[in-house]
Amino acid sequence: MEQVLRVMKGYSWTIVMYGVGQPVAYLFAMGVGLATLVDANSTSAFGGVSYLVFIAPALLVSASVMTAANEFTFPVMDGFKWRRVFYGPHASPLTPSQIASGHAMAITLRFVVQSALYFVVVAIFGASPSGWGWVSVLVATLAGLSFGLPLMAYSASIKEDKGQFAMVMRFIVMPLFLFSGTFFPLDTLPLVVRWVGWISPIWHGTELGRVFSYGYEEPPLLTIFHVVFLVTLAIVGWILTKRQFEKRMAS
Amino acid sequence: MSTSVRWVPELVSKEKASSLPPRSDRKDADEYVISAQNLSKTYGDVTAVDDISFNVPAGEAFGLLGPNGAGKSTTMKMIGGVSQRTSGQLTIMGLDPDQHGPEVRAHLGVVPQQDNLDEELRVRDNLLVYGRYFGLPMSYLRPKADELLEFAQLTDKAKSKVDALSGGMKRRLTIARSLINEPRILLLDEPTTGLDPQARHILWDRLFRLKEQGVTLILTTHYMDEAEQLCDRLIVVDKGKIMAEGSPASLIREYSTREVLELRFGSERNTTIGAELEGIGERIETLPDRVLIYAEDGEAALEQVSARGLHPLTSLVRRSSLEDVFLRLTGRSLVD
Repeated sequence: MEQVLRVMKGYSWTIVMYGVGQPVAYLFAMGVGLATLVDANSTSAFGGVSYLVFIAPALLVSASVMTAANEFTFPVMDGFKWRRVFYGPHASPLTPSQIASGHAMAITLRFVVQSALYFVVVAIFGASPSGWGWVSVLVATLAGLSFGLPLMAYSASIKEDKGQFAMVMRFIVMPLFLFSGTFFPLDTLPLVVRWVGWISPIWHGTELGRVFSYGYEEPPLLTIFHVVFLVTLAIVGWILTKRQFEKRMAS
Repeated sequence: MSTSVRWVPELVSKEKASSLPPRSDRKDADEYVISAQNLSKTYGDVTAVDDISFNVPAGEAFGLLGPNGAGKSTTMKMIGGVSQRTSGQLTIMGLDPDQHGPEVRAHLGVVPQQDNLDEELRVRDNLLVYGRYFGLPMSYLRPKADELLEFAQLTDKAKSKVDALSGGMKRRLTIARSLINEPRILLLDEPTTGLDPQARHILWDRLFRLKEQGVTLILTTHYMDEAEQLCDRLIVVDKGKIMAEGSPASLIREYSTREVLELRFGSERNTTIGAELEGIGERIETLPDRVLIYAEDGEAALEQVSARGLHPLTSLVRRSSLEDVFLRLTGRSLVD
């Protein structure tokens, strides 16, 4: 019964979610528009695939992480402080961790729907040559959670909005987006900034997405490491979130 | 008013109860839907609720009256099973809310101090979604939501967005929402704060109806008229402690005189005139803006004031209220 409850709570959130189509427009602009210039040069830097194929999984993962940066910040603050929507279900039999999971599940659903739509467009453009391309939808969802859940724990700990979320966008999300091998392979970057990619869920997700969408070649151990890295971040994030919700709501 | 008749037997039972030592055996917990013994809550160094004890039998309208920061809301949160107590005993329908939070909350309706409606959903959907939190099936919720909208006089607003409602309507919707699970106990934290007089009266009427249906009402308020209107019995709380307990009428009888003479001599003289009024009435309370003379007969007291050659700018004789009780108990006004 609790499970159904949480899912229903999820639906209530999805009602307010809109703009799923927006990331698709992004793909058109970057992946198709910019690609004509890049491909005119040479495709060798991108492992022999077209720029569109190279960039499609990266944009997919990046869009998930961007969504996470939005959905796991202000709405969490809203739930605790502004419109206090978490306190409505708090008076019901639901527990704080169920409320947290309801929020997280609703956003997970959004990741899946958004990524799936995205992938359909990518597939129509023939930008996912491998038959395993659809797995990148799950990769993008995982990447979104691995970035989003630790962020959710942080958001739940904030009592006053002093512009922390704008800082997160500017100094965490944007650098991750730019230096995660999204638009060019990570190893073209100098070592001083390459570490950004190594700790970035976007890079791990992107590389994983490339493996599935066009059979990008990397050591199998590294592929496993990508998965372990993303799953670990998500689990740690979830544990912290759960603890934070319980602490804040029991006081 | 007919309510004053009802208070008399309450007074008797209260006196009987106070002559007995507080018990915490199982029988007590069964008799009362809410039982608190030596309940305390501290936040760091701050003691919000300080060793309070009270029992509420089923069907009673029980009030917590006190100024802002007295610990009313904290007590409500502990009863509501959303805030853990620091020490003491608390049972809600025989269950400890710290141990059985979800079970306790399943039987409660909660109207929080601040509305936390889902503003992006429509009025009726707010009720349906809230019902889902209780695990209630849609087949039950659809007719129930319509019934509650009718009760809250919001039927024609069913499809409106919550943003578009007035403050009074939002409050009524919050109350309707709290009734979705047919609670046996309804917790109302300052239900009418911020509402205009007309909206308050509509709300009070709705709460009276619930009481008639046998719902136990627990409400906090810092409005004495609200407490007098709605509560069978109340506790006056200040700084986390219980100052007095009883029905509104018995508290007034016990801690105040029948009538009060309010005199205004202007802000300069109010504070100095006390000595000249000495001996009139039973007790004199000097406030910055007025002087209160507590007397059985207010008019007679006013005549004595005139006989001493004192001429206040304004004078008013009124019945004692819970405000006077609070002033007597704490030396402070309820609403600053």
